[in-house]
Amino acid sequence: MQISSVLEEGNYIIAIDGDVDASSSIRLDEALAKAVEEGQQHILIDCINLNYISSAGLGVFMSYIEELKEKNIRMVLFGLSDKVKNVFVVLGLDQLLNIKDTKDQARQQSHE
Amino acid sequence: MSNRLKVPCRKEKLKEVRVFVGNLLQKHGIPEIEVGEMVLAVDEICANLMIHSHNCNPNKSIGIKINILKGQEVVFEITDYGVGFNFCRYKEPSIDDIIKEKKKGGVGLILVKRIMDNMEFIQKANRNVYRMVKKMKIV
Repeated sequence: MQISSVLEEGNYIIAIDGDVDASSSIRLDEALAKAVEEGQQHILIDCINLNYISSAGLGVFMSYIEELKEKNIRMVLFGLSDKVKNVFVVLGLDQLLNIKDTKDQARQQSHE
Repeated sequence: MSNRLKVPCRKEKLKEVRVFVGNLLQKHGIPEIEVGEMVLAVDEICANLMIHSHNCNPNKSIGIKINILKGQEVVFEITDYGVGFNFCRYKEPSIDDIIKEKKKGGVGLILVKRIMDNMEFIQKANRNVYRMVKKMKIV
C-alpha cells in the first residue's frame, strides 16, 4: 500500500493506493494523525485506487470520528469502488462517515 | 486449482490469503461483491489468529480449505494449532461504543458475523477448526 498526502486548494488530500489491511493500516493511521496534528480542517481521503480495506482500516477511520467532531475537522472519503464501499455499508459506516462519489462532491462537502 | 493454502503467521501473508480465496471464488462465477465479502471474512479470521492466537510467530501456520457446493454454499475451514478461540461465543461490541472509546479494533468479527450464514468452532485434540458457511443466492 502507498499513501501520499498533498495540500490542494485548501484541502488536505490523503490518497490511498492498494490494500489497507492488518499489516498496513498503521500507515493510514499515521497519515491521519499527521493531518490532525498539523491542524488541517478539510481532509479528503482519495480512495480511487483503494483496492481493499479490512476491519483494521475501518477501525482507523472510526477511531478519528470523535476527535474530528471535537476539533470541528471535516473529513470526506471519495472514489470508493462498489466492492470497497460495500464493506463500509455492511458495518453501517456509510451513515457515520462522509462518503462521496467524486472529488468535486467531496470538495464541496468539506467546505459546507 | 488447489482448494487449500497454508501460510505462516505473518501479517504480510494476508494478501496471499486474499488472492487465493478471491481467485478460487471468481473461477466459480460468484459475483464480485460476494467474493469481496467472503475474502474479507477469511482475511479477518486469519488476521485475528495470526495476531491474537500466535503473536505473529512465523514458525506457526494457518491452513485454509475451501469447498464450493455449486449453487448452494461455500464452506471455509480455517485451521490452526494451539489454544483455540471460540469465535461463536464472541460478544459483539456496539459500533457506538467503539467510536466513543476511539478504539482501532474490534469490528473484524462483527463483519464476519454479518457476512457469513453459519459459524462453527470445532476443537479436535490440539487442532482448532473455524468453519464458516456462506449460502449462495445465485448460480
